[in-house]
This record gives sequence, C-alpha cells and structure tokens, in this order.
Amino acid sequence: MIGGLFRLLLVSLGLVVLWQVVVWVAAPPPFILPGPLATASAFINRFDLLMQNAAVTLAEILLGLVFGTLLGAAGALAVIAFGPARRWLLPLLIASQAVPVFAIAPLLVLWLGYGMASKVAMATLIIFFPVTASFLDGLRRTEGSWLDLAQTMAGTSTSARLATMRHIRIPAALPALASGLRVAAAVAPIGAVVGEWVGSGAGLGYLMLQANARMQVDLMFAALFILALIALALFYAVDAASRALIPWQDDSLPVPKE
Amino acid sequence: MIMVAAASAQHSPSPAPVGIVVHRALLAYDGMRLFDNLSFEVVPGHVACLLGPSGVGKSSLLRLIAGLTGAASGVVRGSDGAPLTGRVAYMDQRDLLLPWASALDNVLLGSRLRGETPDRVRARDLLAAVGLADRMDARPKALSGGQRQRVALARTLAEDRPVILMDEPFSSLDALTRSRLQELAARLLVGKTVLLVTHDPLEALRLGDAIHVMAGRPVELGPAMAPPGLTPRDPTEPHLVQLHRRILSTLRAADAATGSQP
Repeated sequence: MIGGLFRLLLVSLGLVVLWQVVVWVAAPPPFILPGPLATASAFINRFDLLMQNAAVTLAEILLGLVFGTLLGAAGALAVIAFGPARRWLLPLLIASQAVPVFAIAPLLVLWLGYGMASKVAMATLIIFFPVTASFLDGLRRTEGSWLDLAQTMAGTSTSARLATMRHIRIPAALPALASGLRVAAAVAPIGAVVGEWVGSGAGLGYLMLQANARMQVDLMFAALFILALIALALFYAVDAASRALIPWQDDSLPVPKE
Repeated sequence: MIMVAAASAQHSPSPAPVGIVVHRALLAYDGMRLFDNLSFEVVPGHVACLLGPSGVGKSSLLRLIAGLTGAASGVVRGSDGAPLTGRVAYMDQRDLLLPWASALDNVLLGSRLRGETPDRVRARDLLAAVGLADRMDARPKALSGGQRQRVALARTLAEDRPVILMDEPFSSLDALTRSRLQELAARLLVGKTVLLVTHDPLEALRLGDAIHVMAGRPVELGPAMAPPGLTPRDPTEPHLVQLHRRILSTLRAADAATGSQP
C-alpha cells in the first residue's frame, strides 16, 4: 500500500516533468497547453471555485456509488434467489448494458432536471452493471462441497436455502463483489462528469465546460487534476475498505505449524 | 462427580445408534454403471471402513448414503427402517471450513443453517475436546492443517447425528498428526455408526470394526474383515500385521479387477 503510493507519486512526478519539458520544447500557446506552473497557479487562485464544484461532483459520485452498489447487489441477489425470474432478469440486465449510458444522458437530464439527481442517476446506471455482474459471478461460483455440506446439515427446504445463502453464498461472494466495487469506484466519476457535461449548473464537469469556452485551459487542467485525485482516492478507499472487511481474502497471513 | 462432569461435557444424550442399510443401489455416471445392485449394511454403533482402488466409487457410495446424488435408485435407510435424511453428518478430506468464520462459528454452522439457537457452550466443549480450547476465535487461515481438520471433526460431532460419513478425513495430514487425530476420532466417535472411506489399510486396521474392500465395475463389496480388539488399535501387533498383508493382497486383486492404472 505505502509502496504503491510511493510508486504512484514517482510516476506522477515523472509525468509532470515530461509535461513541463513538452511545454518548454514545443512552446505551445497557453490556451492550447498550459504548463504545470500555470495549472498550479490556477489551482491556487481559483481554489474556492474549484472546491465548491468539486464538492458537488464528489457528492454525485458518492451517492451514485451508494445507490449503484445497493441496486447492483440487490439485482444479483434477485437473479440468484428467484429461480424462475432468472430467465427474465438476466436478459434484461444485459439489454440494459447494450444501451450506452452516454446516449441516454440527455434523456436523464430532461427527465430529472439540471440538478444533482440526473448525475446521480448516471453514476448509478454506470456502476450498476459491474457490481451486479461481479457479485452474480461470485454468488454462482460457491464451492460445491460447501453446498453439499450445508445440504447434509440442513436439508433442502426453503429456509435452509435462505440460510445457506446468508451464511455461505453471500460471504463467499464478497471478494467478487469487492472487485466489482473497485471497477465501480473507477467508473463512477465518468458517469457524474458526463451528466454534468450534458446539462448542469455546478460540478467539475460544468466548470471544465465553462473554462473551455473561455479558453481558460489552465483552470480546466486544475479541475481535471482534482477529478483524477477524487478517482484515485475513491479507488484506494474502496480497496482498503474491502481488504479490511474481507480479511480472509488476504493470503499473506502467517500460517503457524502445529 | 466425574460421571456428572462427563455427562455435562456430552451435554445432550447422543441419539441411539442407527445402522446403515443400502439395498440394491444403482448409480450410473455417463451411462457407466458405478454400482448395480449393491447391497450392504453397517451394524449400529460400528465403524465400517471402505478400502479400494481410487476411482472405484468409494466417495460416490458415501454421497449416495448422504443423499447428495440425485440420479440414484435403490434403498438407503437406517437400520430402524426410517430414511437417513437429517441423521447423517459428513466429513470430507478437505476441511471445508468457511474461511471468513472463526473456528467456533464453523462448529456452529449447522445450527445456524437450521435456524436453531447456536449452542455456544456445547461448541466450546467440543473444540476443547479436540484440543483447540485456545484457538476458538482463530480463522482457518491461522490454523495448521491438523488444527483445521480438528475443527472439522468438532463441527461433525456438533451435528450430533447417529450416522457419520467420513471421506478420507485424515489423508492430507502428516503421519504423526494423522495418528493423533485417529486416536481422537476413535475416542469421540464411540456410540456412532461410522462409515469411513480410506485409502490407508493401516487406518482401517486402527479404527475399523469391519473392513470392506471395494472392487470391480460395477462395484462389489468384499466380505467384512473384522480386526480383533478395541480401537484405536496398534497396527504393528503381529495378528494385525498378518491382516494387513491380507488386505494388501485383496487390494491388489481389486485393483486388477477394477482395471485402473498403477
């Protein structure tokens, strides 16, 4: 984790240096490619503006993550739990992904307005599928011998199946759910920003569009930088949380000998 | 006083021994008949051991008795005439412990799945009986292979079923740990009807009241060999060494009859 952060910092530093070198050598006009220094000064000068909009985008992303995760997990459980419904739910799920989320962004803004709701809906929609797909995968791949053991213990009644779901299938699928959540954390900002581009009055995506129209490319870069930070922080937070909550997945624990 | 303590450690009186009756069982995989017209019995309270070449169908027979094979026909019941469903506890070669649950929670799994109130006192007693009083809260990953199999044994006993099916329960352990666990099992399984699948003739000699060798396709069950003396026996005793030799030659013949590769 610490080593990973260190490497990340080093790589970022290398990219910034490369960026500065490109600016020095090619010397583009600042409205095409501002240097790191110009970006940094935009970051400092417009800090309040950036933070206000970042807070909006962050809230959209987090709400989207919460709803997307809840819906995605519920969707996977529904597909597993209701045998007959599976045949209808699964194609519906896949069809829902065949419609590009970007294409329905204008519709969502039309239906849900320019406020946060349409952006949260975008993020939720984009998260829903990876969460459902990975959790479903985990739920379907429960170790067969565990299920056999459960059957000898409790039989095949409905209550026994529900208990097996709760005590065996779901915990066994948590590592798969966690990998779905990592993907979700990485794509959630895309949903929020696309939503803001289509129509909004606040947020980093909105700020970037405004800055672009006014040739304030340094401000755009500063917003982009914050967006990247948010995405990274989210990813690492989800990663750390899943490691803390699913410790049995970690196989580097020492195994004492008898 | 000692009697009282022993009784409370056992907690509830174990159910009366029930034998296993398999009558004219038929089981086929991919059109190949694994068993056809297979009949045998395990005497109530006895430990029966099944030996045989790998792939002969020992585990399939256990699964059949445990009610885990769907496409089988024939009769599997208790010696009292009632079905065995809900009266069987199963222990596998792999410990099948849930990696997210502590040793104690693994022992309590059966009661949780049945929706009963988990009896923690009894589970703790059982873990103490298998020598894990100080590792109850440890997750399986923090336990050694032998300790994990001890937890699995405690979990099997926690089911408090009259019939116990064991599929090579100690085969993944080193020799010393294995013999310790065999002694432990012999002590704790008294009064239960046990069907033990093993590939180790010595294990059968240590623990078995009746030893059968399975061979052929479809499978036939050899006549029971009954080693004398109380379990756990010392298989290095002269009369057991002789029996060991007999088992080995029967196994060799069984291997040839089943036609498996050496």
